[in-house]
Amino acid sequence: MNSIVCIKRVPETAEATLKIASDNRRLEEENLVFAINEADNYALEQALLLQEEFGGDITIVSVGPEKTDEIIRMALAKGATSAIRITPTDMAELDPFAVASLIANEVEDLDYDIIFTGCVASDDGFSQVGVTLAEILGIEHISMTIEMEAGEDGATVNRELEGGLMAKYDVKYPAVVTIQTGINEPRYASILGIKRASSKEIRVVDSVDIGGKRVNLEKIYFPPPGKMAEIIEGGPDAVAEKTCEILKSKGLL
Amino acid sequence: MSLNYDLPDDAVMMRNTVREFAEGEIRPVAMELDQKAEFSPELTKKMGDLGLFGVFLPEKYGGAGLGYIPYIVAVEEISRVDGSQGATVAAHNSLGIGPIYYFGTEEQREKYLPQLTTGEKVWAFGLTEPDAGSDAGGTKTTAVKDGDEWVINGSKIFITNGSTPYSLGCTAQAVTGTRSDGKKEYTCFLVEQGTPGFKAETMHNKMMWRSSITSELYFDDCRVHESAMLGERGEGFHQMLDTLDKGRLSIGAMGLGCAQGALDLALKYTKQRKQFGKYISTFQVNAFKMADMFVEIENARNLLYKATWLYEQGRKEYKLWASMAKLHCSEVAYRCVNHAVQLHGGYGLMEENEVARLYRDQKLLEIGEGTSEILRWVIARRIGCYDV
Ligand SMILES: Cc1cc2nc3c(=O)[nH]c(=O)nc-3n(C[C@H](O)[C@H](O)[C@H](O)COP(=O)(O)OP(=O)(O)OC[C@H]3O[C@@H](n4cnc5c(N)ncnc54)[C@H](O)[C@@H]3O)c2cc1C
Repeated sequence: MNSIVCIKRVPETAEATLKIASDNRRLEEENLVFAINEADNYALEQALLLQEEFGGDITIVSVGPEKTDEIIRMALAKGATSAIRITPTDMAELDPFAVASLIANEVEDLDYDIIFTGCVASDDGFSQVGVTLAEILGIEHISMTIEMEAGEDGATVNRELEGGLMAKYDVKYPAVVTIQTGINEPRYASILGIKRASSKEIRVVDSVDIGGKRVNLEKIYFPPPGKMAEIIEGGPDAVAEKTCEILKSKGLL
Repeated sequence: MSLNYDLPDDAVMMRNTVREFAEGEIRPVAMELDQKAEFSPELTKKMGDLGLFGVFLPEKYGGAGLGYIPYIVAVEEISRVDGSQGATVAAHNSLGIGPIYYFGTEEQREKYLPQLTTGEKVWAFGLTEPDAGSDAGGTKTTAVKDGDEWVINGSKIFITNGSTPYSLGCTAQAVTGTRSDGKKEYTCFLVEQGTPGFKAETMHNKMMWRSSITSELYFDDCRVHESAMLGERGEGFHQMLDTLDKGRLSIGAMGLGCAQGALDLALKYTKQRKQFGKYISTFQVNAFKMADMFVEIENARNLLYKATWLYEQGRKEYKLWASMAKLHCSEVAYRCVNHAVQLHGGYGLMEENEVARLYRDQKLLEIGEGTSEILRWVIARRIGCYDV
């Protein structure tokens, strides 16, 4: 069984001090640390689990600048077979449709059963590349997968709904499956894997022009500071009472 | 070719993987293991599964076949989080696996190395004796030939990984006679656990590396077959020195990692602690301290990586650089842990704070595998101070 895993290099923004670049369309990258998008790491693990069960190849695809090779190599060290990096002329010009088109263009002739992507990218939060890719390729897709049982020709997947509900679907290959964090436990790349990764190929598709963009990023910005938090004063009893009151008024108690 | 300060890809991958592993698997348990002074077989096995034992060994012996730069980066990253696990990894690779791989016969390599790369067995290096530390030529343990066996008598002290429940054996240096120039002849032997007359006991109450095991070894008419000799008779002293030269790279990496760990903790703490209404990281005296730490660490890193690079290039002068790197990295670590505790104030003195452990763990680095004084002497001699 062959799979393709789409991964994205994203900045770790949780604890970083963010600065917006002068063109207002990207972050200043100088002091940021980049890593594989969290959900993509789970998508990769899902492909590795399948490879262990059924054999076959895993092809990594990423749209990004040269530095993306760092996360691609880690995926190769974990056991992926080969990789394709697509380098657009300008990352900030891309929208999800353009990214999906670029990927579709490279993978349509490959021999694959499943294409895995993360369910959302932590930097732009679109959640669209996977499903758009499926539409362009004209194949089935299932999004936000939280459990998956794969067979030879198709898979049973579970999606999590609001209110504690789960929904179960069958998909036939070829299909795109977008993966949620928590579906598995991503492994560490082994040191032997690191050695092997150095002889694996990353095929580079250089400086491609982006076709078919649908939305245009105007600017990124910090919203103006909102209403200040309400500080409750007084002794423990008074604070508890006031807190309960507020929670009740919001229907939370 | 132009000068290039980028690490090779395999070393970058090594840093990513080992940092993730150290944060995910070691940090959560390091404090408890340290407090209980407990060696963790589970963690050692996990480190073996990752491939941390035998990084530089060829695949046919169970290694990863990588070079020394990735190995040094791995030790640095483990030690950034925990000195004890750093010690287990550095000692087992450089002192345990190293001598068998570099000086052993093919038979010895095949017999031991595959068992030593899984994380289930460790091997120790016995040089230091109660009366011979810095003066390694003063060791008194002897081995006397008797038929096709050697009979070893004597004892060793402060031997890392010597008495874990998973120790497979040790390399022991012994006096085997007198050379033609009148000096003592040294030879090394591979002594397996369970050999009659060989006993290994754990030393307790260490101030540092509390979850790494340090042992005393006793040889009491301990008989080994002549096939247990490491390399040739008379090569023992050279083998030990060569092992220590390479080992200094890994102790340097422990110092570098410890220093980086201290800076990381200090930055994190001072950016959340407020006094006088301000984050204490913004008081100039504190900010400048951390700026100095950053500069010192970067310098230490460059020196250590250069020493490692020289070794990988097969250049003899690496030995001098390894001595410098070990000396400098361990002293940078000394200054960094000192500043880091100071920046934590009273909280830095409490054992529930990781920085206290780094503070204790650092001290060994100026003593083990060549004290700072011995290293200064080595360097002074090399630059000609005594040639007058
Ligand atoms: C936790 C731990 C783990 C260890 N692991 C191992 C191991 O795995 N294998 C092994 O063989 N050994 C090991 N050692 C031993 C270590 O290498 C020695 O402790 C070290 O070499 C110093 O020897 P010593 O303790 O006898 O001190 P000494 O040599 O007695 O030194 C005491 C002091 O005198 C100074 N001094 C000595 N000679 C001179 C001189 N000529 N000029 C100026 N000053 C001098 C020293 O610098 C030091 O400050 C370990 C030690 C520890 C604490």
